[in-house]
Amino acid sequence: MNIRRIVLICLFLLTFNGLASAQTELSLWYHGAGNPEERAVLLSVIEDFNASQSDWSVVIEEFPQGSYNSSVVAAALSGDLPDIIDVDAPVMPGWAWSGYMAPLNLSEGALDGFLPGAVGVYNGEVYAVGLWDAVVAIYARRSVLEANDIRIPTLEEPWTGEEFDAILETLQATGDFENAFDVGMAWKGEWYTYAFSPFLQSFGGDMIDRETYLTAEGVFNGEAGLAFGNWWQSLFERGLVPGTSQDPADRDTGFLDGKYALQWNGNWAARAAVEAFGDDALFLPAPDFGSGSTIGAASWQFGISSTSEHPDGASAFIEFAIQDEYLVDFSNFGGLAPATASAAAMSDLYYEGGPLEVFFGLSQAQALVRPVTPGYANLSLSFEKAVTDIADGADVQDTLDAAVDEIEQDIEDNGGYGFGDM
Amino acid sequence: MNAMSFETRHNLSIGLRYALLILIATIFIFPILFMVMSSLKPDLQMLRDSASLRAFLPVGDISLNNYAEAFERVPIMQFAFNSVFTTSVSVVASLLLNSMAAFSFAFLQWRGKAILLSLIIATFIVPFEVIAIPMLLVANNLPWIGPEGIEIGWLNSYHVQIIPFIADSLGIFLFYQYFRDLPDELVEAARIDGASIWQIYARIIMPIAGPIVATVAILKFLVMWNAYIWPLMTIRSEELRPIMVGLQYFFQLNIAWGEIMAYLSMVTIPVLIFYLALQRAFIESIATSGIKG
Repeated sequence: MNIRRIVLICLFLLTFNGLASAQTELSLWYHGAGNPEERAVLLSVIEDFNASQSDWSVVIEEFPQGSYNSSVVAAALSGDLPDIIDVDAPVMPGWAWSGYMAPLNLSEGALDGFLPGAVGVYNGEVYAVGLWDAVVAIYARRSVLEANDIRIPTLEEPWTGEEFDAILETLQATGDFENAFDVGMAWKGEWYTYAFSPFLQSFGGDMIDRETYLTAEGVFNGEAGLAFGNWWQSLFERGLVPGTSQDPADRDTGFLDGKYALQWNGNWAARAAVEAFGDDALFLPAPDFGSGSTIGAASWQFGISSTSEHPDGASAFIEFAIQDEYLVDFSNFGGLAPATASAAAMSDLYYEGGPLEVFFGLSQAQALVRPVTPGYANLSLSFEKAVTDIADGADVQDTLDAAVDEIEQDIEDNGGYGFGDM
Repeated sequence: MNAMSFETRHNLSIGLRYALLILIATIFIFPILFMVMSSLKPDLQMLRDSASLRAFLPVGDISLNNYAEAFERVPIMQFAFNSVFTTSVSVVASLLLNSMAAFSFAFLQWRGKAILLSLIIATFIVPFEVIAIPMLLVANNLPWIGPEGIEIGWLNSYHVQIIPFIADSLGIFLFYQYFRDLPDELVEAARIDGASIWQIYARIIMPIAGPIVATVAILKFLVMWNAYIWPLMTIRSEELRPIMVGLQYFFQLNIAWGEIMAYLSMVTIPVLIFYLALQRAFIESIATSGIKG
């Protein structure tokens, strides 16, 4: 090997190394430390993205979900936010309003076909996008319903409120179950708002007036709110549902063990139900209490921090990650619903005729995102406290009025959260 | 008859006392027993057993699978190393610094000593949560000499987990209380013999401070080993995280209860070893000074 060849090889290696290291690093914070399936898919997306172009290199930092938000807030305080932020959808407006996040800059049509719950819109701009969505349904067993002559509801014809109530009475009267319906009282915290506020919305109420986001008066504590509260309280008074002191173990295994006839649960638990009951397992739409069947929507999404020096690179990564092939991977490994119909069709669980197909339809037809306001955290706490107190026997009207007072005081204390002068 | 009656009463009294002690011991042991037994069972079985005495027995489908899966989910060895390292350095540094400070308060005469001691004791009433955010902002603006010269900001490092916790008002107070009760003649005699302040501290006082050293060491060990909020706020990289933060890794949509119990069993072992190693001195300290941790 002569000297000229050696020099050429060295030059080539230096040039190649220079190209490789010319990639600008983008930091990405991810909430799923300890979730090996989801993590593996995200790592493969990052690997593919880093290999697909020479401008950007995404570097991941993983945090456990339970403490992720605290870590982000601490980082915002210390001016140390990453380029790409993983954010829980209802938290996003708060972070956008606080200046932690910037709107996304995606290509036109990049979000066509996405489930509404997977697109995080605040103040008319898209701040975050999810690769999947979580969906709630009524878990049931065909054999139990048929044995009690109960109609199996459909998306087009869900159970009405009255019909549903009568079904619960029927199932409770069989004596075969400790409770007819497990709503998940053991899962305290955000589950209460995510899972139970759709009942309020189906009655025609809501936690806040979504037209202005400045008041809850008459919406939370009006006629619809009162009707919801009375029905909710009656579930506990009649023993149709487990109380607020439900054992978490019963929540996890009660439906599978036959303690409960029906269960209000998310698609993350569906695999276990299918494994336990096979074709006998049913996932049914939410009942319609008069204003349509409603379920919660929106899960974890990716957005860009306002302090990122490379928002174009961060947007490029997010646009890369929302390709169908990755939505399918996330669904196949994690079991959650893909964010687009085309990805659902290619997935192992949500394809037409697939074991969890029904969840995708539920998300399309019934999903309603939680109130898109920076004040959501307080709203959620007020709602959680109200439904807990009502379940424990508190006066419904007084409880709802107190919740409204709390919500309005918080809105006032925060100057309307940017929705108007207060 | 009377003697029999007395003996019976005596035996009955001892029997009742032991029954009470066993009951109290059981109350404390059962949660640990539940944790260890649950760590050997699959999630569903564990949840089903939790409503009966089976929860405390190694029955059913017993295996070490949860331990293996916990190791797969969490970099336990890395987290354990981080905790052992930050805790050990903190405990040693804390013992040195706080005992020196307490020695100064107890045996040296200097202006403002009483006021400063009162201020230090007053910080007992300030919970860590109150000062956490100011501490974060300060730590983020402090200089440090790193491999690339002087850097600003301590976040995401070992030293941010150690240095803020070395000086400890409780440690200073406990040492001070102990030193204050030592006879003044000890120090006076050493001074007459020509010993320097450092010699008095190192050769006269510290060698007889074993019980309080053990107490402060155990209390500091527990605080550092259980560190959670501060690492959450200051540590970004997984490679630097302490073991308690790792517990959060198991709280996913479907919570891995068996793995949590396995993890907790493993986390508890160093605490038990450390406590057992210093148990005698700790109990002696409590017995002599009335200090409770």
